[in-house]
Amino acid sequence: MSPPLEWYLLFSAALFSIGLVGVLVRRHVLIIFMSVELMLNACNVALVAFGRHLNTLTGQNFVVFVVTVAAAEAAVGLGLILALSRHKDTVDVGEMDILKH
Amino acid sequence: MTALSVLFVLFAAMGLFGAVMVLVARNPVHSVLFMLSAFVSVAGMFVLMQAEFVAVLQVLVYSGAILVLFLFVIMLLARSERPIPALSQPLQAPVAITVGLMLAVEIGLVVLTGAVDRGVSGPDTPQAIAAVGGNVEALGRQLYTTWLLPFEVASVLLLVAAIGAIYLAKEEL
Repeated sequence: MSPPLEWYLLFSAALFSIGLVGVLVRRHVLIIFMSVELMLNACNVALVAFGRHLNTLTGQNFVVFVVTVAAAEAAVGLGLILALSRHKDTVDVGEMDILKH
Repeated sequence: MTALSVLFVLFAAMGLFGAVMVLVARNPVHSVLFMLSAFVSVAGMFVLMQAEFVAVLQVLVYSGAILVLFLFVIMLLARSERPIPALSQPLQAPVAITVGLMLAVEIGLVVLTGAVDRGVSGPDTPQAIAAVGGNVEALGRQLYTTWLLPFEVASVLLLVAAIGAIYLAKEEL
């Protein structure tokens, strides 16, 4: 017998919270980006867990699309980071403030 | 505890440890490797939930493609010898951890106090999935019938993202 829904949801909540802390606490732009991916993954776990609990495959279909969008987002986001680091030689989000001036 | 529960605890421990170490590691390359452990354990959880296709997708796309992309970018950025920024500003860490703990406790309370709906059942029972031929077959049928339009839109999105990434990353066009 597979573990109950609650276990998966609690794991998902923990993973999401860790991702949130990562976005808030780190200043390295790539680590922040990785934390966003962690949060996306936590949502995927919750989607699949609910889908299994409610006997529907819609959750898994949704995960397929979430993974697609995550791949697109990673490609464009990393391209942006590269362009930004060429423009201003830093990976610290605290120094990426050209819109302020 | 059944064998599946033991596996769940193992995957959960590995995943959460990897996720925490992503934040704690000083070297971004180490962060990516800990991220790999988190992603693989999430894939293991998908297998525990009989979502085999999604598990394979997780390993292929996340561990295979996205993390390699991260590694490439880290190595491209590392060419100039810049110091990696400090972990945080003075008050940033306590505030962030408080916010994260609050969120975790809130979701945990919602889950544990039984707000999750019970007694609702969709058409895709394990028997129905087995009758079609398995998880991949059942998922493929839905993807190419019910979700055909979103599927095609997703492929256009990937094309746009590929063009956009090339445009952004190229030195000059």
